Amino acid sequence: MFIPESKSAFWSGFRDCSPFILVVSPFGLLFGVVATEAGLNLLETMTMTVLVIAGAAQFTALALLEDQAPTIIVIIAALAVNLRMAMYSAALVPHLGELSLGTRAIASYFMVDQTFAVSIKKYEQQPTWPVTRKVAYFFGCAASICPLWYSFTLLGALVGQSIPKEFSLDFAIPICFIAITAPMLRSLPHLAAALVSVLVALLLAWMPYNLWLLAAAIIAMMVGARTELWIARRQS
Amino acid sequence: MMTSTTTLWIVIISLGLGTYLIRFSFLGLIGGRELPEWCLRHLRYVAVAVMPALITPLVIWPDATGGETDPARLLAALAAFLVGIKYDSVIGAVFAGMLTLYGLQYLLGQA
Repeated sequence: MFIPESKSAFWSGFRDCSPFILVVSPFGLLFGVVATEAGLNLLETMTMTVLVIAGAAQFTALALLEDQAPTIIVIIAALAVNLRMAMYSAALVPHLGELSLGTRAIASYFMVDQTFAVSIKKYEQQPTWPVTRKVAYFFGCAASICPLWYSFTLLGALVGQSIPKEFSLDFAIPICFIAITAPMLRSLPHLAAALVSVLVALLLAWMPYNLWLLAAAIIAMMVGARTELWIARRQS
Repeated sequence: MMTSTTTLWIVIISLGLGTYLIRFSFLGLIGGRELPEWCLRHLRYVAVAVMPALITPLVIWPDATGGETDPARLLAALAAFLVGIKYDSVIGAVFAGMLTLYGLQYLLGQA
């Protein structure tokens, strides 16, 4: 972990993930405000943010709690929002699988949309990186945004003010993910997978519990894999 | 208080534990074992299969407009996409997207 190569990978991960500060700060702030308005005290708000560390699921849980939904429904619905992370977990196996169980356990905690998307993009560009360098990069990503998520939630809970709507920072979320995904679409299989992902998400938007997301992702993955095979066969 | 403290803590702990287990699942249990080629072939597309679906509803039906499709947001997303795919610059794409959004909101008199 402490060889110079890893150190530079850590800082390049830190830098590459830093545009997401634009997303994580207002979103964390908003969670702190909304949780406090919903009646959670500081300890409850912060425990949730630190333990769950997944904004969308936290907002889902809060909204359902406010609707007085049955406890089990609150838990299942919020967990369903996070099921996509099982796919992130699988996709990281070829890159981080060789690490010790302890390191994998820590890396799992920091597996959020941003750290995953930024890291996997790097791993695709640098397939020859040794695992030590890959994991240093991953932790660099985590270090640039996760502490901000906690601090801004805290700030939101204490100050009770989120950023005014006029700044449209809600839209920083899709913009940042578009920014990170677009450069990955440079091969036909990647492009095909992304197009199918968008189409299925639109067609199945009526599905509850984020099932549309899982369906879109699985179908798009299969399309990507199929297209790759098809191209390989045509070339041989 | 919207709900009892006990209920709230049950939700917080279960959600934290459950989310962690989802994250740990494959990375934790498969570890360094070799995956078959067909499986690796599918896993290569996880990022480009999940992210576009995750983004699509946020772009087409933004919460901030009450779910109403907003031309300024559509064009901003397009600008970010074009800059991202052409220049492979995340910062550039973010700037292109947000500046397009602010510019159009100003021109259309929404801001």
